[in-house]
Amino acid sequence: MTLQHFMNEAISPWMRKEGPDSDIVLSSRIRLARNFANVAYPIVADPSQLEEIRSFFKEKYEGKSFGAYKNFAFLSIRDLTVIEKRVLVEKHLISPLLAKHSESAAALISENEQVSLMINEEDHIRLQLYVPGFQLSEALQQAFEIDDWLEEKINYAFDEKRGYLTSCPTNVGTGMRASVMMHLPALVVTKQINRMLPAINQLGLVVRGIYGEGSEAQGNIFQISNQITLGKPEADIVADLQSVVKQLIEYERYAREQLIKQLGVQLEDRIYRSYGVLEYARIIESQEAAACLSNVRLGIDLGLIKNISRNILNELMILTQPGFLQQYAKKTLNANERDQLRASLIRQRLQLEQ
Amino acid sequence: MECQECHERPATVHFTQVIQGQKMEVHVCKVCAKEMGYMSYPEEGHSLHNLLSGLFNFDTSGLTKPQGKSYQQLHDLQCPKCEMTFSQFKQVGKFGCAVCYETFNDRLDPIFRRVHAGNVKHNGKIPKRQGGHLHKKKQLKDLKAHLKKLVENEEFEEAAKVRDQIRELSQQDDSEAGDQA
Repeated sequence: MTLQHFMNEAISPWMRKEGPDSDIVLSSRIRLARNFANVAYPIVADPSQLEEIRSFFKEKYEGKSFGAYKNFAFLSIRDLTVIEKRVLVEKHLISPLLAKHSESAAALISENEQVSLMINEEDHIRLQLYVPGFQLSEALQQAFEIDDWLEEKINYAFDEKRGYLTSCPTNVGTGMRASVMMHLPALVVTKQINRMLPAINQLGLVVRGIYGEGSEAQGNIFQISNQITLGKPEADIVADLQSVVKQLIEYERYAREQLIKQLGVQLEDRIYRSYGVLEYARIIESQEAAACLSNVRLGIDLGLIKNISRNILNELMILTQPGFLQQYAKKTLNANERDQLRASLIRQRLQLEQ
Repeated sequence: MECQECHERPATVHFTQVIQGQKMEVHVCKVCAKEMGYMSYPEEGHSLHNLLSGLFNFDTSGLTKPQGKSYQQLHDLQCPKCEMTFSQFKQVGKFGCAVCYETFNDRLDPIFRRVHAGNVKHNGKIPKRQGGHLHKKKQLKDLKAHLKKLVENEEFEEAAKVRDQIRELSQQDDSEAGDQA
């Protein structure tokens, strides 16, 4: 297992499989924050202690397998180039924060890229597990199993009253952030999303763009996650999130039906125009690419476009991010060069489908 | 002077800008200054964490006001392990280590209540291996209390049995401590 394995493909192997409701829910994720009981947290810890943690993970887990998650690759962040780090962030395998914590930061990533352990991020350990489609309970169960596996060798910072002790008070207790990535084009077009987001926030859930905190919703993709981590069992937090997501799925499906009825050929025109832009453009900015990809994906889901596979949206959204483009070009590119390469890669990818 | 933006908090950030002879003065509180971009965010602190430090300041304003600085210095708790003080914690919005939770324990409930919709107590997963250890710890505590009572009541025969139980339990404890990084 080498770094190259993660660099070559824009979409992770698990993304090729379809999960439940994957016309709307692209993926589900569980993240658990854990810390060593007797070492200070990365913000104040002595560099030598963090280095010890780094080597502990390299020694004990590099090349190991757990169940379906095989051959964990150990990547030291300090050994990666700026572009390589960026690619890992764009694939959601590491967080932007981990990429910045170069010195003792590391990541252990399973071969199928479903599991990623971030070492010495804000907490000593951030375990993330992805599954395709809408299957949060399954993701939670698998994350717990990996958590137990790690705990065989690690004494966690855990307190009877406060639960798993984390660096930030917003993660204490379960240390769990459950999230889903949803494609909601019809709710955006009909502007219903603007009314729904405040209501979702009131339920203790957070809505963000595709690249997490502070990012904008590109390509009508939204990340919805729990905010509260203390006081409720993990399964209940997940169940609350699930019920909101189920409702959103229903609203989105209904809005899609209404769009077809009301717009008819106009909707079809919009989808095919986007398809045309992607197929023929020579220069395309990421915002425009994301908007067109979202329309084409909607066209696939509605059965209008038949010859393209569904995960083209996920794949091209990642492939056309700045880091990936530069990884592909093997050099630093300015904005103009990126827009040209983006257009060219999209054209090539669409031709592959035909 | 009150903040010219929110009209709630006192203005603590004063900013004068002169552009082509035109002088402009801004008097705002820290929170509004951050929102309006007059103060830069620390590298890692994004939205939520910055909002948090605002919450913490609010919590202790009553504590520090009357007696002034000396009171604050005297009563600024410091974590014995990582040396983080409570004031630093409020500023950064992050704990330095697990021991901080014990050190600042008495002041944490209001913070957790705000962040976690009124909750202060964990009700989820207990670590599989350590959890056993945790139950054992509780059992040990109970046995020790029981032993004390027996001794006070001069029930020495029963007390000897409990003492042996305690010894056995704590020995198991030591051997199961597990390796650490």
